[in-house]
Amino acid sequence: MSDFWIHPSLVLFAGAAVLPLLRVKERKVWLLAVPAVVLALVLTMATGQFGSVAFLDWTLVFGRVDALSRVFAIIMALMCLIGSLYALKVEDTGQHVAAWTYVGGSLGVIFAGDLLVVFLFWELMAVSSVFLIWARRTPESLGAGFRYLLVHTFGGLALLAGIVLYGTAQGGEFTFEAFSTVDPGLGVWLILIGILLNAAVPPLHAWLPDAYPAATFSGSVFLSAFTTKTAVYALCRGFAGFEILIVLGVIMALYGVIYAFLVNDPRRLLAYHIVSQVGFMVAGVGIGTAMAINGAVAHAFAHILYKGLLFMGCGTVLFMTGRSKFTELGGLYAKMPWTMFFTLIGALSISAVPLFSGFVSKSMTIAAGYEAHHYWAAFLLMLVSVGTFVSINLKLVYYIWFGERRADEETWKRAADPGWNMTAAMGMTAFLCFFIGIFPASLYNLLPHAVDYRPFTSYHLSETLQLLAFAALGFYLLRKKLAPKAAASLDLDWFYRVGGRGFAWVARTPLQAVDRFWSGLHEKGGFLPLMRSALGVGRFDNGVIDGAVDGTAHAVRVLGHRLRPLQRGSLQQSLTLAFAALAVLLFMFYLLA
Amino acid sequence: MTLLRIIESLRARSGILLKAGIGILVLLVVLDALPFVVDKADAHTAAERIPGFWAVYGLAGCFLLVWLAKILGALGIQKREDFYDE
Repeated sequence: MSDFWIHPSLVLFAGAAVLPLLRVKERKVWLLAVPAVVLALVLTMATGQFGSVAFLDWTLVFGRVDALSRVFAIIMALMCLIGSLYALKVEDTGQHVAAWTYVGGSLGVIFAGDLLVVFLFWELMAVSSVFLIWARRTPESLGAGFRYLLVHTFGGLALLAGIVLYGTAQGGEFTFEAFSTVDPGLGVWLILIGILLNAAVPPLHAWLPDAYPAATFSGSVFLSAFTTKTAVYALCRGFAGFEILIVLGVIMALYGVIYAFLVNDPRRLLAYHIVSQVGFMVAGVGIGTAMAINGAVAHAFAHILYKGLLFMGCGTVLFMTGRSKFTELGGLYAKMPWTMFFTLIGALSISAVPLFSGFVSKSMTIAAGYEAHHYWAAFLLMLVSVGTFVSINLKLVYYIWFGERRADEETWKRAADPGWNMTAAMGMTAFLCFFIGIFPASLYNLLPHAVDYRPFTSYHLSETLQLLAFAALGFYLLRKKLAPKAAASLDLDWFYRVGGRGFAWVARTPLQAVDRFWSGLHEKGGFLPLMRSALGVGRFDNGVIDGAVDGTAHAVRVLGHRLRPLQRGSLQQSLTLAFAALAVLLFMFYLLA
Repeated sequence: MTLLRIIESLRARSGILLKAGIGILVLLVVLDALPFVVDKADAHTAAERIPGFWAVYGLAGCFLLVWLAKILGALGIQKREDFYDE
């Protein structure tokens, strides 16, 4: 270790270990104090390399602090504080422990200087985050959690195989730096697959809209921030300029936004918008210029805040009403005006409306696309912006807060703005979304490269306002066609969900038939002859062996019985006679000799 | 509650809001056509220099995406809600 340095993850792990020992009041203070300390640590952290540990033949680096890791660490620590405040009154301590371990895993990846440490924390994230899904304790969340874990196990294995292949090819060197775009090799492609799975890039994305809506109301706030954006960090670090990412990014941006139109669960809609928004970041990494990487990082930062805010808004609706379907909500502004207001700010931010955070971050990636002459990508990302505005700002906001009231009387009675901590968490995040929107320099100053981008030009304002205003007109004209339907939308998880059923059918029907046939065969061809031979051996044993042994014993007994009359009294008497006979014999030998 | 009153009063004036919205749409296209208001030097392609290009793109894009989603749904993506519950 070159200098004194405390890993922020260690603070979170220690905090999580102490948490179950505290009483309720102390726990609430602890829940705010620990993330505040972590945030202070990352804000004051000097750049450099820290926490080097010798392990076998390698030197593991736990603390690489540079501009890229620092900006990601700041937003992760900030989101940890916001999420902990939001979940302050959650009594299930296990959820807090899981959330902090998960955040610790994310920070561990972000500060990791080599791929072995990346893998260690990568797996920790998967294993800890699944408890935020299971903690909801419904059959759906149990199943979704298992599927989440299985898919991430596959991703983790791809990552590990890639790391081993890459490290071996590098002569045992596992440093996590930018990979060469020229003939990267199988190891690098496998690492990329592992990372793309966590970034939810189709066709490796279906775990996200499956699992996130199944999590607890506060768990999904954490989930929305860390897994995908840690993957974006890893892409920024290792894969800038891999042009396939432009194609994948644009596909996922379109895929997510189109699917978002089809769902009936607000949190599933938000999950598809994670896929869509992370598409902007993945495309930015693929473009790979300094401006595009800045755009990807800025958008990840802004996205964590507005997406967290939207998940908090929809989580509050779920928490207060117990409902999580558009078809069971509507008109709630009258009962939950502040939650509506904060969610609206999140919606304006994700839609890149001027004066909100998305406007200053998303446009940077699109502008980088135009500058690098990837016109098709830039135009399609503009199309995605239309879809984002329509489905989030209009569908989500309209069908939960305005529109026709579809809630039953009981739901309507329960609906109200939440407690102070949830309101404060939403208010704080909404303020940050607005603050970044009006003071973009506050975000731009944190970015890894020098920023030469001005969002508030007359052209950019005109372009955005026309695009969004006419998209709103489109929604107004099509609003009846977009009315929510009580339906499930199939995605690629169908393959392993129905595939799982297929596997169960194969096990139940043909495999069980083979097993029955084999058992019958065994019974007829193996067991019965064995029984018969055992019976024969038994008879032989009884008749021959036992007969011989018993006969011998019987003969010995009869002989003994007959000899018994020859025995003469006591032992001394017999001995005396024997010695006397011996003496007579010896005397006779003496006389004759 | 003030926030609630603001929302209620806006909803009560939905007719005026609709007219204002249409006025804004027209105004945005008109402003886009005025070179001293919107500097098209920042446009990246020739098509973007056409006044109201992004207005058409936004409206057509909205129709296209909704249409694509509807087609996907009709192709069998949308099933009854208890599809996975069997």
